[in-house]
Amino acid sequence: MSAGSDNILFEYLLRLGDNCLILSQRLSEWCGHGPVLEEDIALTNVALDLLGQARLWLSYAGEVEGRGRGEDDLAFLRDAREFRNVLLVEQSNADYAFTTARQFYFDAWHSLALSELMRSADVRVAEIAEKAAKEVTYHLQRSSEWVIRLGDGTEESRHRMQTAVDALWSYTGELFEMDEMDRSARERGLGPDWSALRERWMQYVARTFAEATLEIPQGTWMQRGGRHGVHSERLGYILAEMQFLQRAYPGAKW
Amino acid sequence: MVSAQPAIEQIWDWLKEVADPEVPVLSVVDLGIVRDVQWIAGARQLVITITPTYCGCPAMDAITADMRSMLAKHGIERVEIRQQLSPAWTTDWISGEAKARLLDFGIAPPANRAVDVTEIVPAVVACPRCRSRRTEVLSRFGSTACKALYRCLDCLEPFDVFKQH
Ligand SMILES: [Zn+2]
Repeated sequence: MSAGSDNILFEYLLRLGDNCLILSQRLSEWCGHGPVLEEDIALTNVALDLLGQARLWLSYAGEVEGRGRGEDDLAFLRDAREFRNVLLVEQSNADYAFTTARQFYFDAWHSLALSELMRSADVRVAEIAEKAAKEVTYHLQRSSEWVIRLGDGTEESRHRMQTAVDALWSYTGELFEMDEMDRSARERGLGPDWSALRERWMQYVARTFAEATLEIPQGTWMQRGGRHGVHSERLGYILAEMQFLQRAYPGAKW
Repeated sequence: MVSAQPAIEQIWDWLKEVADPEVPVLSVVDLGIVRDVQWIAGARQLVITITPTYCGCPAMDAITADMRSMLAKHGIERVEIRQQLSPAWTTDWISGEAKARLLDFGIAPPANRAVDVTEIVPAVVACPRCRSRRTEVLSRFGSTACKALYRCLDCLEPFDVFKQH
């Protein structure tokens, strides 16, 4: 950080931007592999929205840091330990139930998070959140529909959906974690108390699972670390693919 | 000898000739992408404020390039294009006349958000070809971020719906 730059805001923006960037990259892996054409298009459109949001958060982060790094430098030239996304978004696509469960858990949180960030004391944060919230409302409608359709579907689809929501459950706790940084940000009016969003998130998940005839996972032990740069090995593979060109040919342009 | 600067209204008229690359029946002005046009006093520099439709809309770069070349054709080369996020773009900024053009083009226009804020993809969309109201959603996402894909149950044709946003 350069002298006088705002480290709390910088880290806060990285956390928001990296969630969008890494999930976008994961969803892009489906391009050309979707189970049906409409879903291939839908997943890549969601990926595109999230990439656009990542660009807004990371460009702002670069400006706040004040060391001349732009959105591209932050996306392509940071190592895994410098990424601040939650572990949930770096989980593998696996089958369609896993992709859907991951998206649903994230969208349900993202939608609540943005509606709070729209009231941020930082005008730029509030503006980006207002813009992104409209897109994420649509993402959540879509992922909720798929959870219901697969959950309340055939025996096989229900079994797969239940397996996926169970397997990813331990990655949801990190979304509501409050650390020193979050508390400072909260005091400055930058953003909400994440832990306070958990109840509303849980209500929405429970309502959707009831309609989907899925059982709510009961585990209480939660994975953590992504927001502090401690990731699963999966992130390394994502970055290897995403960053390859800029690492092999620094400064390459289309 | 310095020629007079074109009037702001004239510039708006020129921008109305810049078509959206993905929905060519609408101009960037019809879509509400252009929010403001101003001359910087004394600097002979034009400032255009635009707002993106969707955060990741890949057409924004093409749109700014098209606006620059349209203005260059009329001798305006010093153009600064500023991006503004708030208020967030809404399909309510598309005029009734432009919505009618969309319909003629075969794309069902967006419902008015100010009237119905509950559904982004409205429950009932009339087919732009035969006007039947017996239609169904094929995909919430169509060929671009701003459209969804529907099918008419009477004439059986699939069609695009411009999503309310
Ligand atoms: Zn029809």
